[in-house]
Amino acid sequence: MSDPVVDNAVPSGNSSVAIPTDISGQILDLDEDDDLEVFSKGTTLTEGSSFNASMQTSPASMINQYKFEEEDADTKDIFVTVDNPESIVTAIETYVTYRVMTKTTRSEFDASEFEVQRRYQDFLWLKGRLEEAHPTLIVHPLPEKFVMKGMVERFNEDFIETRRKALHRFLNRIAEHPIFSSTDDFKIFLTAESGELTSHKKQGPGFLSRMGETVKAVAASVRGVRNRPDEFTDMQEYVEAFTQKIGSLDKVSQRIVREKKEHLEELKESGPIYTLWSQSEEELAEPLKRMAGCLDSCCKETEEQVKELNDHLIPVLHEYVLCTETLKAVLRRRDNIQADFEAKTEALAMKKADRDAESKVLSLAWDSLVGRSPEEVKQQKQQKLKGEIKEMRVELDKMEDRLEWANNALKSDWTRWQKVMRTDLRSAFVDTAERNVNYYEKCLAVWESFLHSQRTEADGNGKVDCS
Amino acid sequence: MADSGSEDIAVIGNTDLTPSESENNLKNTMVEKGTSLLKKMEISVAEAEKRTGKNAVNMQETYTVYLIETRPVDAASEGTNPVPDSLWRRYSEFELLRNYLLVAYPFVVVPPLPEKRAEFVWHKLTADNMDPDFVERRRVGLENFLLRVASHPVLSNDKIFYSFLTEENGWKETVFETGFQAKADSRLKALNATFRVKNPDKRFAEMKHYGDELQSVISQLLRVRARAADRLYGVYKVHGNYGRVFSEWSAIEKEMGDGLQSAGHHMDAYAASVDDILEEEEHYADQLKEYLFYADAVRAVCRKHELTQFELEMAAQDLISKKQQREELATGTVRTFSLKGMTSKLFGQETPEQREAKLKMLETQIEEGEELVKERKTECNEYVKSAWVDIERFKEQKDHDLREALISYAIMQISMCKKGIQVWNNAKECFSKM
Repeated sequence: MSDPVVDNAVPSGNSSVAIPTDISGQILDLDEDDDLEVFSKGTTLTEGSSFNASMQTSPASMINQYKFEEEDADTKDIFVTVDNPESIVTAIETYVTYRVMTKTTRSEFDASEFEVQRRYQDFLWLKGRLEEAHPTLIVHPLPEKFVMKGMVERFNEDFIETRRKALHRFLNRIAEHPIFSSTDDFKIFLTAESGELTSHKKQGPGFLSRMGETVKAVAASVRGVRNRPDEFTDMQEYVEAFTQKIGSLDKVSQRIVREKKEHLEELKESGPIYTLWSQSEEELAEPLKRMAGCLDSCCKETEEQVKELNDHLIPVLHEYVLCTETLKAVLRRRDNIQADFEAKTEALAMKKADRDAESKVLSLAWDSLVGRSPEEVKQQKQQKLKGEIKEMRVELDKMEDRLEWANNALKSDWTRWQKVMRTDLRSAFVDTAERNVNYYEKCLAVWESFLHSQRTEADGNGKVDCS
Repeated sequence: MADSGSEDIAVIGNTDLTPSESENNLKNTMVEKGTSLLKKMEISVAEAEKRTGKNAVNMQETYTVYLIETRPVDAASEGTNPVPDSLWRRYSEFELLRNYLLVAYPFVVVPPLPEKRAEFVWHKLTADNMDPDFVERRRVGLENFLLRVASHPVLSNDKIFYSFLTEENGWKETVFETGFQAKADSRLKALNATFRVKNPDKRFAEMKHYGDELQSVISQLLRVRARAADRLYGVYKVHGNYGRVFSEWSAIEKEMGDGLQSAGHHMDAYAASVDDILEEEEHYADQLKEYLFYADAVRAVCRKHELTQFELEMAAQDLISKKQQREELATGTVRTFSLKGMTSKLFGQETPEQREAKLKMLETQIEEGEELVKERKTECNEYVKSAWVDIERFKEQKDHDLREALISYAIMQISMCKKGIQVWNNAKECFSKM
């Protein structure tokens, strides 16, 4: 799944500022001016509602904003659910829509309750927008587009249910995220009618610009980064190790499910054999029949246990496997921003060197041929260079800001992500352990009742000498 | 049947019974049923050892010998505890003993030996006869066999059995001297009887059918159990991988590290616990196997009945035809077509002297025939009586033993569940500290 690596993010359509880039600066000139009025540098926005991913807000204030939001996290003011999958059949295609319901007390929403229909594509769109606007923030993964293993139909009930749960989790994570949940894109996703959403979607950066971004991104990643701060190198190492571990956990868990299923198959055969045996016996008939009953009960419990593993533990582990891709992409994007900055710094240095260097003999010779005085030429050149250097300086400043902002955003979000990951995985494993305890307790009861029946049987038959 | 109530209560009330304890229950039942032999002597198969030697065709072979220990009962209770008498025997000698008993006491459901080769194995167990686990289980099985014979009201009094336990040298010769091999019924003879017998005792016919069913059902059970054991092993062992990954993962985490690490240990413990579980299940399988082989012994008793009944029927049939012949000769009428009758018609009557001689011979034969029929009838009746007594005894024993086996299986499952609860509760605690 290739992510649209956008290092010079253009969070357009979000009514936030567009960073002047080589490509899009010309296109969005107008927007830029409008936005500059509203969001000027240094403004600290404390209202969650109008806080958008403003690139021009200083990094420092950004951090403060972040922390403020986090403290408020306990008082949840927005509740989102994804349910009611429905198959929609049109002339062109068949697809599934889900009902997305929102209940909120936030003031930026026109009402307190919303209900819309969304399809997978829409979720994909939202994710893409958030990633574009915030290249170094961590977006929770979406369930995969296709299921490779096992020819699972897109319209298979289990597949749809698994997907629905994952979409629900995705949306909730976005709602819990201090920055994402306040974006316009998120708001529109939750509230807009289908027609509205479609037209809003079209307002993205042009296809060509996105193409250009990707090309630039590839070039950047080839370039590589020189002085990566240690903490990001540490992050990278962690992500690599974590990827391995979570991948292993995913595989191990799936293997356990497979083995349990195969054990279940054998167990299912033994009950009937005891029943068959009981038909040849007299005294033994009753205990044999009970034995068969016990084995059947244990089979049911095992089936239940396997289902719960599939429904609860496996999806969570799988999501974190997908997370690792996101993490790697985020780190890559941050690296690219830094690489860009470093390249620009070099370019500026070279230009300065040009300016300070002695006039080149060759070019002077040419110019004198054309009929201009050496002094004139020299002056012209210096002027030109000065102008270029000034432009580059301005741009470099912006890039430096951007880099600092990206780094700080990543650092904060990294901490947040680690907390969320820890909570998610902890509760997943705790729940699994608890379910296993329940499973064994139920089986224990089955066998204890068998023993009890045999004791009462012995008592009843008067075989026991009750002394 | 002796009152076995106390054993029942002990087994059911105490859910922590180990396989050796439930085995002991079985033995105690046998001992308390009290044959005179067991009242005198304690019997055990204490050890197993590997030996190498030259076999009949002068080739080097490795085999296992088992140490049979016998000890007078009184001595133990007096507390003096002298050194037990002991001797070494090979599996093939046990087989010889059993074959002898089969021939000498055809009306007895002779206890079976533990299997010759490991069958119904699941992947962890090898089918290797030299495997120490297999040898150990065989040792237990041989001891069980000896105790079963020693507790049998008829078999326990057998002298060959007694000398098997007490005389190391020359026992084999003693057995062969009994000439039992000559008395053994040929397979063919038995098969023939089975097909042609007309009026076998209904109970025996039913018992034989029961033997077939028992064998079939226990075989199926053992096969499924072996496959299930394989799968269960897989489930538990894969959890060991959790242990490894948790441990590795804990190395890269700060706050989560401790919880993960300790949870990992519990996963390792869980994975390791399957070995004990399956060993106990193996004991249950052995109990089933004993009755799988017992089914064969039951069928053998029924077949012997068919044989004696058949021989009685043959003798009776023979007598009838001889009497018929006498009648024909005496009255001169030919009731049924016979070649002799035809030829005499064709070639003239016999002389009165010839007829007289023939009659006399027939009379003798009829007398002998009647004796034979009487003999065989007695034999048959006696056989039916004593065989049925032993079959009834066997049925009671089977019902008791198998019920005990089911109970001990349930106890095993309970123990497994309890262990599981403990491990996952511990793991849950560790996870919540993550």
